[in-house]
Amino acid sequence: MAGDIQVKRRRFLAGAAAAAAGAALPSRSQEVQDITPMLDKITRGVRPQRSGVEIELPQIAENGNSVPMRIRVASPMSAEDHVKAIYIFAERNPRPLIATFHLGPHSGRAEISTRVRLAGTQRVTVLAELTKDRFLVGPADVLVTSAACMDEATL
Amino acid sequence: MLLGRIQVPPSVRRGEAFEVRILVEHPMETGFRRDMNGQSIPVYIVNKLSCRYAGYEVFSAELGTGMSANPYMAFFAVAESSGEVAVEWSDDRGATGRVTAMLNVT
Repeated sequence: MAGDIQVKRRRFLAGAAAAAAGAALPSRSQEVQDITPMLDKITRGVRPQRSGVEIELPQIAENGNSVPMRIRVASPMSAEDHVKAIYIFAERNPRPLIATFHLGPHSGRAEISTRVRLAGTQRVTVLAELTKDRFLVGPADVLVTSAACMDEATL
Repeated sequence: MLLGRIQVPPSVRRGEAFEVRILVEHPMETGFRRDMNGQSIPVYIVNKLSCRYAGYEVFSAELGTGMSANPYMAFFAVAESSGEVAVEWSDDRGATGRVTAMLNVT
C-alpha cells in the first residue's frame, strides 16, 4: 500500500507545481503582441531604418503605472526635412499604441518627454515618420518590477 | 473644464527652440480596472491635445490608455515673437481644458 501513497504524493506534487506555474504566467492581456502589422499600416510597406531614434527609459522601472521616457529623433527640423510624427508602441500592453505626437518645422527640435504605463517588462518601440516617406525606428528594453494594474479585469 | 498646468522658460532668444511642459489633471482610466463591487470601470481618457503658438499648431497629440494618469508631455517650439502659448485638450466624454502662458522673446 505504501507504493500507492507514493503515487498519490507524486501526483499531488505534480499538480501543485502545475498550478503554481499557471499562477505565475502572465494573464492574457499581458502577452506580447506582434506590432509589425500596426507599424506597416503607418509606413504603408516602407521599411523603417533602424537608426536615429534615441530613447531614454529607466533600465528598471519600479512602477509600471508611470514610467518616464524621453525620445530624441535626429533631424534638422527644417521645412523640407523634419519629423512629422512620433508613435510609441508597447508590445505587451493590451493596447500597444500608447500615443501619437505630431511635430513640424516649427518644433525646432524633435524631442519629447512623457510618462507612460507599461504592463510588465518589455520592449518599447518608437517609430518616427519623416518627410519624403522616410521612417526611423528604435527599440528600448525596460524591466518593470510592478506592472501597471490592468490585469484585474482579465483574471 | 479640465485642469492643467503649463510651463515655458521666462525668456527665450528669437530663433531658439524652447521647451513647453504640460501637465493635465485626468484619471486616464484604462477600462481594464474594476471597482470595489467588481464592476468594470469604463475607459475615460484625454485623447486629444494640441498647442498653438505664433499662429501655428506647433504640437499635437493623440493619446491612448497607455499614457499615465495626469498625462505629462514636454516638447519644443521655435521662438518667433513674444506672445501666448496656448494648449487645449479634450477627453472622450467631450470635456475640454485650456491653459496658456506668455512667452517673452528677446
